[in-house]
Amino acid sequence: MKKLRSSSSWLPTLLFLLLVFGTMQFVSSLNLISVYWQQVFMSACIMAISALGLNLIYGYTGLFHLGQAAFYGIGAYTSALITYYWSRMGPKLPIDFLGLHFDLSMTAMFLLALLAGALMAAIVAYLIGLPVLRLTGDYFCIASLGFNVIVYVLFNNADRLIPVMKGARGMVGIPRWTSWPWVFIFTVLALFGMRNLVYSSVGRAIISIREDEDAADVMGIDTAKYRTLAFVIGSLYAGLAGGLYAHLYTFLHPTCFAWIKSCDPFLIVVFGGAGGMTGTIVASLVWTFILEGLRVLLPRGFESWRYVIYPLIMLMIMLFRPGGILGRRELGFLKPKGIEVARVERVPAAASAGSDRPEERGSKDVSSED
Amino acid sequence: MSVLKIKKLTKYFGGLRAVHDFDFSIDEGELVGLIGPNGAGKTTIFNMVSEIYPPTAGEIEFMGQSIVGLKPHQVAQLGIGRTFQKIRVFKGMSVLDNVRLAYHPHAGYSIKDAVLHNALFSKREKELTERAQEFLSIFGLEDKQDELCGSLPYGDQHRVEIARALATEPKLLMLDEPTSGMNPREALEMVDLIKFLRDKFKLTIFLIEHRMRVVMGVCERITVIDFGEIIARGEPAEIRNDPKVIEAYLGERMAKELAAA
Amino acid sequence: MTYFLQQVVNGLQLGFVYILMALGYTMVYGVLRLINFAHADVFMVGAFLSYYIITRFHLGFLPAVLTSIVGCGILGMVIERIAYKPLRNAPRVCSLVTALSMSIFLEYFTALNFIFGPDYITYERPIKAIHWDLGGVRITNILLIIIGGSVLMIAFLYYIVHRTKMGKAMRAVAYDKDTARLMGINVDSIISLTFAIGSGMAGVGAVMYCLAYPQIWTFMGIMPGFKAFTAAVLGGIGNLAGAFVGSLIIGQIEVLTTGFIPSGSILRDAICCSVLILVLMFKPTGLFGKRE
Repeated sequence: MKKLRSSSSWLPTLLFLLLVFGTMQFVSSLNLISVYWQQVFMSACIMAISALGLNLIYGYTGLFHLGQAAFYGIGAYTSALITYYWSRMGPKLPIDFLGLHFDLSMTAMFLLALLAGALMAAIVAYLIGLPVLRLTGDYFCIASLGFNVIVYVLFNNADRLIPVMKGARGMVGIPRWTSWPWVFIFTVLALFGMRNLVYSSVGRAIISIREDEDAADVMGIDTAKYRTLAFVIGSLYAGLAGGLYAHLYTFLHPTCFAWIKSCDPFLIVVFGGAGGMTGTIVASLVWTFILEGLRVLLPRGFESWRYVIYPLIMLMIMLFRPGGILGRRELGFLKPKGIEVARVERVPAAASAGSDRPEERGSKDVSSED
Repeated sequence: MSVLKIKKLTKYFGGLRAVHDFDFSIDEGELVGLIGPNGAGKTTIFNMVSEIYPPTAGEIEFMGQSIVGLKPHQVAQLGIGRTFQKIRVFKGMSVLDNVRLAYHPHAGYSIKDAVLHNALFSKREKELTERAQEFLSIFGLEDKQDELCGSLPYGDQHRVEIARALATEPKLLMLDEPTSGMNPREALEMVDLIKFLRDKFKLTIFLIEHRMRVVMGVCERITVIDFGEIIARGEPAEIRNDPKVIEAYLGERMAKELAAA
Repeated sequence: MTYFLQQVVNGLQLGFVYILMALGYTMVYGVLRLINFAHADVFMVGAFLSYYIITRFHLGFLPAVLTSIVGCGILGMVIERIAYKPLRNAPRVCSLVTALSMSIFLEYFTALNFIFGPDYITYERPIKAIHWDLGGVRITNILLIIIGGSVLMIAFLYYIVHRTKMGKAMRAVAYDKDTARLMGINVDSIISLTFAIGSGMAGVGAVMYCLAYPQIWTFMGIMPGFKAFTAAVLGGIGNLAGAFVGSLIIGQIEVLTTGFIPSGSILRDAICCSVLILVLMFKPTGLFGKRE
């Protein structure tokens, strides 16, 4: 019997989140860890957002999607274009409030740009989904790959239409507005949103598609609609993550969004355990830190060994733990809410044929304490 | 009143003729069986009624409305529930979730409500959970509500599948070999269960079954098909004495056993 | 008009090179339902092996081909044993992950300085290029060698698959692995053999490719691999004739878009993929594929 969270455990969750936020703020403002590592941690969280989206698409819906990087890129470029112009030409509204210095107009536009990036990714996902979501299994995988290539080529040549995107030379000049508080807020929102979605009837409908589509159909679930929904939401997440990424590294190059890069979130999801949010988050962190850690640990001149070692690690994990490190197990507030068993009127023998419960004729006992 | 009316239903898979000119009707409250040798086309007929595959020709009317060309989920929402021959519960979901899914079309809240987990969501979710739990209780599964279906014994999985189909509150319930995999005692208990369910939930039941004692014991009328075509129709007593049925399906020994029973 | 014909001829050359790789993808998919991402990198290793034979050992074209076939065949079998066989009963995605991992590993490992190194290497062809002009269209001996070599390999494959007992066993395993095992076929050996043959063909394809474009790099397999894979899917993955036709089509599309559409050379990958998606939309199992 799985141990389920009881309903009044929001306090430990809140404390945990405050702890994480507080630690990071403390550590960064005192420069206890270098800017470089702060950036690595932020990029791990950003990757986690994208991977959560892919976990919805692959882990919960069962779609083999190797095109997440395309939507990441769409979110990145869309938001970058908006903030590029606004930061140069938009009005400034500096505010000094309770010791916080910020520019209201820039901040507001940053949020709007992130939203626009996410929405653009979602819209494109919807449009490409119309023809492509009908495909099954491996064919969908191939089509998603193909779509990624198309988007990559478009990014590479986008400077013909929008010169500032600079195509293959890479877009520069994006304002560096992603900071730890924003990354934290969005990661937490993404996580809560996903958790709430999954533990609802909508989530159940989506998971049933992965389990057995025909059986879901005959239960009245419009599987086509929910497949599309999952795909769109997963891509929305990718778009949001892309926007945050763009404003962290301030430089965008199409090769960051080639189909090879779609393998990263996919490997992370499988590595963490497809169909589990906790596994996805943990794997995102582990993966990012392994890659960066190897960069630091390996002696000078051996940095390129990172990409030799990481696939070997992936191979080992798959050979020894094919379900991923955490499988579908969830921890903490990501666990579903516990539901008390309720006993109502029952039919003797016939219905409980084979089960080892004694008969109880007509007892109406909606018990709660178990 | 007629719940399901099928006229000249035909299905070709490429060049292979699976079902041919199948006529059938079932009225409210009836319990009718469909029997025949393996490969006769019984499940294909069920799949066509569920619109999992489209018929090649013929008409299917449910409650007076033609359902050919609808999508399977639309047919289900109109009120046709079914189980499958090979158990197809959602193994990666809990027992409770399997049954709660049945209420999805009437969940009563939107995606926005789900993501926000707001008051409307909580209220509706609680209601549908309680209704699902009532069903689980009927089947004795309430203590296993949080178990993953894949880890349950076969018999329990079967019960979940039936509970799930019932939870969709269908007007017509199509059961595809509900006793498969059960031992004879369990199979006879299933007979009682089917009758009980029919009476309690005012269902119309259309049944595919191989176990002749079950069929004879529970069905009011039986249709027999072989190679996709109807070879006999009528009440159990007529069917078990029908020479065509004996030759194609029952065999002499079974016929004698049933006559003696 | 002659320009068009020239492009068609060029496309033919490219198409025949892709066929050899596409056959490998399709054969492996047929027996294991696996998209062998590492196939492109086996191709790359074949290219490097032939480079070494030609420039370091100064042996000719044929020894290069033979070395490549043997080297790639062995590499293919080793990859199968390490990365795919242990996961045959695990969910399919696990093999996909190991395939991707092997691909990344091969690309970066061989890029290390003490293996092949990370740089582009350009070298001289082992066969001098001769060309003839036929009514304004230039035909080279390279083209003829490529077409000839590919056709030979295809004929050889056809013979094996359709005229030998081994081939029958391969077809049985592709159709239904478990039943084949029950009928006494050593499924593991057949799968190894399939990988050996498919990878060997990639080796030949690599030598042909280098004959046409003698520039190698450890990441060189990615794009041709993707195109060959697209070709296999276009023709119906799992279907050998489909791989043949699909490759010729992709070869033509690539060359004709480069030749006729302004900025075609930049857009051609996108156009190939668009064609793929269109085909999948209307005939999801590819041109020659059957509904599963």
